[in-house]
Amino acid sequence: MELQPREIKQWLLQANQLFQENKDYLTSLDQAIGDGDHGINMARGFQEVKNKIEPTEYTNVSDVLKDTAMTLMSKVGGASGPLFGTAFLKLSTSLKGADNADFQHFAEGISAAGEGLKQRGKAEQGEKTMIDVWLPMAEFLKSQNEFSGDEIESKAKSAMEATKDMSAKKGRAAYLGDRSVGHLDPGSVSSYYLFSTLAEIVKKGV
Amino acid sequence: MDQTGIVLISHSTKIVEGIKDLIRQVNSDVPIELAGGTDDGDIGTSIEKIQAAIDNAHSPKGVLLIFDIGSAKMNAEMAVEMSEYDQIEIADVPIVEGAYVAAVESGMGKSVAEITETLKKNFG
Repeated sequence: MELQPREIKQWLLQANQLFQENKDYLTSLDQAIGDGDHGINMARGFQEVKNKIEPTEYTNVSDVLKDTAMTLMSKVGGASGPLFGTAFLKLSTSLKGADNADFQHFAEGISAAGEGLKQRGKAEQGEKTMIDVWLPMAEFLKSQNEFSGDEIESKAKSAMEATKDMSAKKGRAAYLGDRSVGHLDPGSVSSYYLFSTLAEIVKKGV
Repeated sequence: MDQTGIVLISHSTKIVEGIKDLIRQVNSDVPIELAGGTDDGDIGTSIEKIQAAIDNAHSPKGVLLIFDIGSAKMNAEMAVEMSEYDQIEIADVPIVEGAYVAAVESGMGKSVAEITETLKKNFG
């Protein structure tokens, strides 16, 4: 199976819907261990992504993802902007040159995104950041040969849930140290939303 | 005389405005550009504001970026990666004291490389 520009667009528009619906929930997670702006920032960023990509006709997947990256970088305001922006930019670069995304290139793109996030955020796995969803997801996809909606969903979910017991070493939550234990990492929940909507798109396409 | 430009990046417009006021007491002409807050002036940072500030502050002596916390650093790094300039540095120093020292050094005609060196000595 390959993902076409239309499907990548659908993925991002559905993700936007989740961010709008869960704005208050994400903010409450961020109020517990951060600065409380995550829900607002993600909802604002993805609303802008929708405004940008919905009216545009794309002939290749790389351009949809690049527009998404640039929009998130300039419109989000918090740390999520450069981080999610970097992730989508790396994914876009990995998929350059082909109209559609085949599984192998997409998997490589998620790996590149994970590496990009490590560099941008100067973080490692296990520090209670969005990396704790992206890297396990990259690892899982590398071990596969084809898109599988159910497995992408369950991997993303368990990775997101695992952040609950971690102690934050990065970002604003790091100021709380062990007091951050017992709370989900907001960036990981947002990352889970991205992968769970991707899973839905994959299930529709199979 | 060309002077190294200084870009102050903070989550808050008031923080960078305040630092600029403080610096202007000791130096009235070093190029200082501000990138405080989001595009809407809320708490946060904006890569576009940072890029504009770099363009305005840049001189043949270079440009130095100083940031406060979190996303300010990441956005500064991205702005530098996208920038066309060679003589561009980010200093990881306390924003008030670092900006103050940088302004004094820039006023003495030091290049961005020299200022970065001094900041490293002073702030480790």
